[in-house]
Amino acid sequence: MIELGVILISALLLLVFTVRKRKSPAKFRELAAFTRLSQAIGLSVEDGTRLHISLGRGDLLTSRGASGLAGLSFVRDIAERTSVSDSPLVVTAGDPVLALLTQDTLRAGYEAARVGDLFSPNSGRLAGMSPFGYAAGVMPVVGDENVSANVLIGNFGAEIGLLAESAERERALTIAASDDLTAQAVLYASAEEPLIGEETFAAGAYLGMGASHTASLTVQDILRWLVILFLLAGAGLKFLQFLGIF
Amino acid sequence: MGILTFIIALLTGLLVLAGYFVPALAGLQSILLGWAAIAAAMAAIVGVLSLISVHGDKVRRRGKGSIYSAILLVGLFIAFIFGLVPPGPAGPILGLLFKAIILPSQAALMALLAITLLYAAVRLLRRRPDLMSIVFLISASLVLLGSATLPFGEIPILSNWIRPWVTQVLALGGARGILIGVALGSLLTGLRVLFGADRPYGGK
Repeated sequence: MIELGVILISALLLLVFTVRKRKSPAKFRELAAFTRLSQAIGLSVEDGTRLHISLGRGDLLTSRGASGLAGLSFVRDIAERTSVSDSPLVVTAGDPVLALLTQDTLRAGYEAARVGDLFSPNSGRLAGMSPFGYAAGVMPVVGDENVSANVLIGNFGAEIGLLAESAERERALTIAASDDLTAQAVLYASAEEPLIGEETFAAGAYLGMGASHTASLTVQDILRWLVILFLLAGAGLKFLQFLGIF
Repeated sequence: MGILTFIIALLTGLLVLAGYFVPALAGLQSILLGWAAIAAAMAAIVGVLSLISVHGDKVRRRGKGSIYSAILLVGLFIAFIFGLVPPGPAGPILGLLFKAIILPSQAALMALLAITLLYAAVRLLRRRPDLMSIVFLISASLVLLGSATLPFGEIPILSNWIRPWVTQVLALGGARGILIGVALGSLLTGLRVLFGADRPYGGK
């Protein structure tokens, strides 16, 4: 029942913070990765290079799919912003359902920008379905398709190191985040702008994609402080028990 | 149409979620998840067709690396044919192809990854010469030296005291903190999709 309570409280807070009108714009701490991503989006349209988003191998039928969904949420926004570029956005996925949703999301982005006829289904691709098969499928996209910035966000394993290295060789910007601990350690060493932990889910709020994304980040912060308080209270009680007071 | 897909997605999501807490709905949850698995299998077929389309286009345009696309298409076709011939995917020919091509290729990529990571670790100090990078490299070196099989045996204090303390206290504590953050992010992302604030379906 604790799980149900956490879900209900989170849902309620998310609704309240989404609907509530803010008196001032939300302020976030500086994350260099998102600042550079915003610049990279503008630059790619200006110089006719391509942005590449890789959504990882997160199976949407499992809990590993959440990071892929987080990546998918800003694919539409970036597709809309870059739809008029000479080299449109390319998105790779390692899960067939994610790849299918990617195509649908990209189409929505193009239609929102009123250039639906420019959309090509080949911009959303299934790159491979095993970890290294996926890496082998994505590396040619990074190297051969005039990509100036790579955003790797989703569920990856250690193979993400190969993708980061491939981007480094092409002197392309790499912004990378994963929900997997091994991949995060690899990214810390190999990516130009790694995102750690829950920063993976903050892209929507930082890119100004609407009230629900900002609310989501606010609720995440509230829940994190609650978890910290519970952990400290638990440790305090354990200490008191150790002293024989409780 | 958009509202209809949203209502279907919302009801399905709520029923599957409720199935975890209301035992009476567990059967319905199982049916819905079964349907999702079938849809995912169909998506795999669409994904492979998309893969053929992307690489077929690359071969037609004779772009950079089109030879690899051609090899991929030929390999896909051969594997598909041998998969259809009895005894099917479990047959000896596909087994041989797996052992002779896929397994060594993946092992080669794994070995390449080891070198890549070593190089990335060295480059880290040049790219981000800050305290955290130094801590990262020192921790990685201590754990590697503490775990390695050395010709003269274990390094006494490092293997018995420092490495276990770094991995089981410092690293485990940090890892749990990161995982709690990821879990909260996943929960909120799921709720946004459930309420239709993010709709990765239906074109909205």
